[in-house]
Amino acid sequence: MIKTFITGIVLGIAGVIAALYLLPVVDQHREVSVISVAPNGGNLETFQVNIPMDRIIVGADDDAALLPAGLEWPDDPMFAGSRAELYKVRNSRNAVIGVASRLAASNSAIGDIIEWVIHLPARGSIYMTIDAQAAGGKRVGQLRAGTREFEGLSGTVSERWVADTSDADDAIAGRIELQATYIAQLPDEAGEVNVE
Amino acid sequence: MKYVVALVLGIAAGGAAALALLYFNPFMAKAALSPLAVSGQQQLSLNFTAVPKHAIAYTNDGGSRIAPYPDKILQLWEPPIRQTDVLVTRLLDARNQPAGIGIKFMSKSEDTRILNGEALADSVWYVYLPREGTMLVAQTENYWRYLRDIVVPAHWSSGNGWKGSWHGTMTSGPGALGTARVHGGSGRFRGIEAEAIETLTAKAYSSTQGPVAMNGQLIVELPAAGGEMTARTPETTRE
Repeated sequence: MIKTFITGIVLGIAGVIAALYLLPVVDQHREVSVISVAPNGGNLETFQVNIPMDRIIVGADDDAALLPAGLEWPDDPMFAGSRAELYKVRNSRNAVIGVASRLAASNSAIGDIIEWVIHLPARGSIYMTIDAQAAGGKRVGQLRAGTREFEGLSGTVSERWVADTSDADDAIAGRIELQATYIAQLPDEAGEVNVE
Repeated sequence: MKYVVALVLGIAAGGAAALALLYFNPFMAKAALSPLAVSGQQQLSLNFTAVPKHAIAYTNDGGSRIAPYPDKILQLWEPPIRQTDVLVTRLLDARNQPAGIGIKFMSKSEDTRILNGEALADSVWYVYLPREGTMLVAQTENYWRYLRDIVVPAHWSSGNGWKGSWHGTMTSGPGALGTARVHGGSGRFRGIEAEAIETLTAKAYSSTQGPVAMNGQLIVELPAAGGEMTARTPETTRE
């Protein structure tokens, strides 16, 4: 019986090690990535934010704009002219796939800026800087940096507001549409891609 | 029958022994000196509260131990973002004066390997310093020591809490020396590529509410051409 008990101990140790090795502790849910090929190179991906339902917070120096109720936004004068928003972000099939922040700020130290960070738990994060001046109904900018799946990619991004024109009772006010074009960096002469 | 009982007892004892060895293994996830601690470069220190109720906003799936704040904030219940937390907090400079706002996105990492002492999270900080500029800090964090030294003891405690003094470097990558990557966005940080680490200092943790007294610090190592920065920004210090 002692031998059986010792065999059990060995099996128990082996079982725990095997379970910890083989079973995933974290398994992120994935939606299918909806990506198409751009006509002049690169891959296109469209993200959207439905307003107002995807707004998580709005922080601004205008108290009337604050969201949600009870949000205590810093009232320090240095935040004047700054508006930070947090959203849920969707793919072009309207499925929530991540969260994003948008900062619009204007002051003498940093100029006029609009920046987005999109965080997709199963894929990585993208940092976008956008020109504050709109042209042709949209603002354009560039992919500043990316992590994991987006690491080493460069490209452009555009931001535009698309108003909802349907008459449905539960219609959204509109959506912010972000279209990103990813371009992989070419390897150098040594065949290496510098992803910094 | 008695052999079956002996086998089951043996398996239970073996499993418990394996878990205990894993938990008490002092060689696993040892506290290591951060490479930035011995760096001669100029550094930017940003302090923040790691207690959600002391921050500007915090949200998660709504079913976790740590409650979202403020109460009416939208929760991240959809499956792709259910394992994600977002913290919006004030950032203070090294003299604890307001410096800006930080937004931290953090998701549990699929690279987590308990056998290796790696309870990993993929996180990015978006840092907005109105008088200086913006940057993104991208990192992998290892919460193994935090879980082992604070969270598990808090659950074992009859008082449902942990009190003590704990300090740890959370950043474990993706830099080769265990540092985070920094990508400058605008202002004086425009175009810079640098390294950073995030540390936590804990004094109290509740098994029912999460962090009670806990502060964090982001230390960003600025590029070598920073002499001019020092002259312009008194809050930039090297610690």
